Amino acid sequence: MSIDQQAAVTKTGAAVTVRGLQIATTSGVPVVTDLSFEIAAGEVLGVVGESGSGKTTVGLSLLGHARRGLKIVSGSVLLGDQDVLEMDDVALRRLRGSLVSYVPQDPASSLNPALRIGVQLREALKAHGSTSDAENTARIAEMMREVALPDDPEYLRRYPHQLSGGQQQRIGLAMAFANRPRLIVLDEPTTGLDVTTQATVLATVRDLAAAYGSAALYVSHDLAVVAAVASRVAVMYAGRIVELGPADQLFESSAHPYTRRLVGAIPRLTGSRVLVGIPGHAPSPGSRPPGCAFAPRCQLHSPECDEKVPEPLQVVGGHTSRCIKALEVVKLQAVTPGERVQSPRVDSSAPVLSLKNLVAHYGDTEVLHSINLDLEHHECLAIVGESGSGKTTTARAIAGLHRDWTGSIRLGDLDLATSAHARSTDVRRQIQYVFQNPYGSLNPRKSVGETVGQPLQVFGIASGREADHRVAEMLEQVSLSASYARRYPDQLSGGERQRVAIARALISSPSVLVCDEVTSALDVSVQAAIVELLGNLQRELGLSMVFVTHNLPLVRSIAQKIVVLANGSIVEYGDTAAILGNPQQEYTRHLISNTPSLETARMEAVELASEFGPSHALHVTRSAGI
Amino acid sequence: MKRLRGGGIPGFVLRRALLGMLVLFLVSVIVFAATQALGDPARAILGREATPDRLEVLRKQLNLDQPVLTQYLSWFSGIFHGTFGTSLASQLPVGDMLGPRLVNSALLVVCAAVISIPLSIIIGSYAALRRERKFDKVSSNAMLVLTALPEFVVAVLLVILFSTTVLHLLPAISPVPPGHWPWEYPDGLILPVATLVIAVAPYVSRIMRASMIEVLETDYVEMARLKGLPERTVLYKHALPNAIGPVFQVIAITLAYLAGGIVVVEYVFAYPGIGSLLQDAVVNHDIPVVQALAMIIAAVYVILNMFADIGTIIVTPRLRTRL
Repeated sequence: MSIDQQAAVTKTGAAVTVRGLQIATTSGVPVVTDLSFEIAAGEVLGVVGESGSGKTTVGLSLLGHARRGLKIVSGSVLLGDQDVLEMDDVALRRLRGSLVSYVPQDPASSLNPALRIGVQLREALKAHGSTSDAENTARIAEMMREVALPDDPEYLRRYPHQLSGGQQQRIGLAMAFANRPRLIVLDEPTTGLDVTTQATVLATVRDLAAAYGSAALYVSHDLAVVAAVASRVAVMYAGRIVELGPADQLFESSAHPYTRRLVGAIPRLTGSRVLVGIPGHAPSPGSRPPGCAFAPRCQLHSPECDEKVPEPLQVVGGHTSRCIKALEVVKLQAVTPGERVQSPRVDSSAPVLSLKNLVAHYGDTEVLHSINLDLEHHECLAIVGESGSGKTTTARAIAGLHRDWTGSIRLGDLDLATSAHARSTDVRRQIQYVFQNPYGSLNPRKSVGETVGQPLQVFGIASGREADHRVAEMLEQVSLSASYARRYPDQLSGGERQRVAIARALISSPSVLVCDEVTSALDVSVQAAIVELLGNLQRELGLSMVFVTHNLPLVRSIAQKIVVLANGSIVEYGDTAAILGNPQQEYTRHLISNTPSLETARMEAVELASEFGPSHALHVTRSAGI
Repeated sequence: MKRLRGGGIPGFVLRRALLGMLVLFLVSVIVFAATQALGDPARAILGREATPDRLEVLRKQLNLDQPVLTQYLSWFSGIFHGTFGTSLASQLPVGDMLGPRLVNSALLVVCAAVISIPLSIIIGSYAALRRERKFDKVSSNAMLVLTALPEFVVAVLLVILFSTTVLHLLPAISPVPPGHWPWEYPDGLILPVATLVIAVAPYVSRIMRASMIEVLETDYVEMARLKGLPERTVLYKHALPNAIGPVFQVIAITLAYLAGGIVVVEYVFAYPGIGSLLQDAVVNHDIPVVQALAMIIAAVYVILNMFADIGTIIVTPRLRTRL
């Protein structure tokens, strides 16, 4: 970088400037290619991308760190006039945690289980020269108050496992802001937290960044979350930034087909739209095409796209897109959400499944208090709630996986035994379950064909050639080709695995399908495709479904009825549109208002702009009241 | 187990001690039953000289004419008095025979432990830090070879190397005259201790390496580095305490194994410990001595495992705070 350029950067007040960053595996396969961006002081830059896009790798490189098996090949990360990538180990150690700090994805595994939280906070201060115990104690107390945690010594003597997930993440934030860093890298800090906790963590991040004038890089796969916290957004695909611009512009008038499809895949609270997934999946490092990496999945694909990687094209000032047709794309109509969901007619003559006075225990604790529910034929009933609300326990009790319950669960006019063991084969066939984590629910030693075909044998439905035929048919029905039968789970992506799990559940023609957070481990575009698939199957096969989720907007796209659980009791139960459109209970309203979405983010952006003036908060001097 | 909580670490130790005693009681039943099943001790002692009359006299002398339960109870109460009955071969109280032998063996095991535990923790940790580099490759392969060698081979190799063929630095055998203690002959301790160290350290260091590698890959170690902590703090404060918990268990099992597996080493070096005593006792059908040694080895297992669990709990707050 020339002196002129550097001067220009200093003038614009960039806290960090990244130029031409290249990261590759140690064997030389490029992972992150030609990355350039800057972040102003006090600004939050969101980095959005699906798994494997290289977003975490970029975040860590700002601290001069590359994970095992990766190395930073070239480029510069300028912090003021220092290049982080040129620093030796000693300089890097001084940099980390003081000038640049990091908030990791999983607070539970990032805090040392063997050390008290007070000790872990204090060492962050001590490592950077602050040796006065009294000063450190005062600073820790101040930080604890800023992240809305108790600051008494008793609390600081706790171990990480004695804190909830949200509290652990706020400790992570306190630690990151302790030395008043100039740049803070947040790596999906709210993944795994429920909406209420997520909302407080997001607010804390925004306020702290503004109060300390720290630049922040916020990495996430969740567009709605990024929209809620970031003023500018970089969209990453296959190791490159494909679009970079102000958050509202980028989401409203996307200039890259990939962004456009991503936005279309987000479920929305405001209307029951069909979610449209992106067909195919992102190329893995090493198998990226020579031209535009998104071209094979792009509807606007033309031969020139495959010739060379498109250079960033300026759409308007500060908004660039790596698409040769960016100017056409941006003029396309405002991102169109899918069409309205056409729900199948619900047959309410007799419920297929009914829960009466269901009370469940875990050990001595009562976790469900008198749950009464009906599932009609062809109906999809969503069970929503925060973590610990009892939604998964309800689903597991229905399937007989949790057996410590009383009350009655009826399938048609049959009273069900508590555990799946005690139920008849036919009952077990009629209730099928799809688990949250497709990485854990498929036996790695069985081929897809064996996995999907097993229920046919177990329930004596078909065997031999007839079974193979049915498996092939079922795989086609979940949009996998019949040739997948010979593959093994480790050869499949997360979305493909979940399709296999759905195929396994549906092959025995169940009358009730229980889906337990089936999309929470998947990327947005894959989530959309899975929900699309479930919706189609429900319409075609007339399925009755119990759909457990913590994702409220998703419910609008799939369920006709919704039941809101809190602390093991039903808070609200009824028609989805009615309840989400006009919630009667404070708890439901609270859940809805804490759900980040592109719409509410836009409103908040307007509020923020009027509060701080139109330029994005340079050196905001606002006390960090939380 | 849900009701067996509370009392913090002292409460846990008390519960484990009581449980350990129960285990030892069960072991005593099994040991007694097993040795009963070996056959008639009187016949074993007299061998070919056994005539019905002499057998009868000896049986009376050994209380073998009493009911089995009475025999068991008198033996069992002997454990508490430290007498363990009378040796059939030497006619001495077993307790008196055991005392010095126990001290001799304990000396070997303690020396081996004091050297091998820190050594294997250091080697294992360092190999983990230098993962897939030269030190790690060399030490891992060397450790694998050493783990595969039985103790008697190691012992013989050491003797060839340091005493007989190559060098003549150390005594090939380590006898201790009766009435003397082994620390009066420190030269004689070196090779037996070295053999035990080589038997134990490779295995423990391999486990330490694996445990350390796992910990070094964790998010909290990465986080500690990204906080800008000095590498020394990252290793000693963040990585080591978490890596060492599982290793305690392995150390305990290995040391307990030493207590039993010392037989071969003591035999090779003609060292007067419990190992050689056990060997003689088995050859002579000296059942009271075999019973006593079996009980002592069982007690060593129980005690070491208890220490290992306590150690693990102390370094693992998640377990400690649940007590």
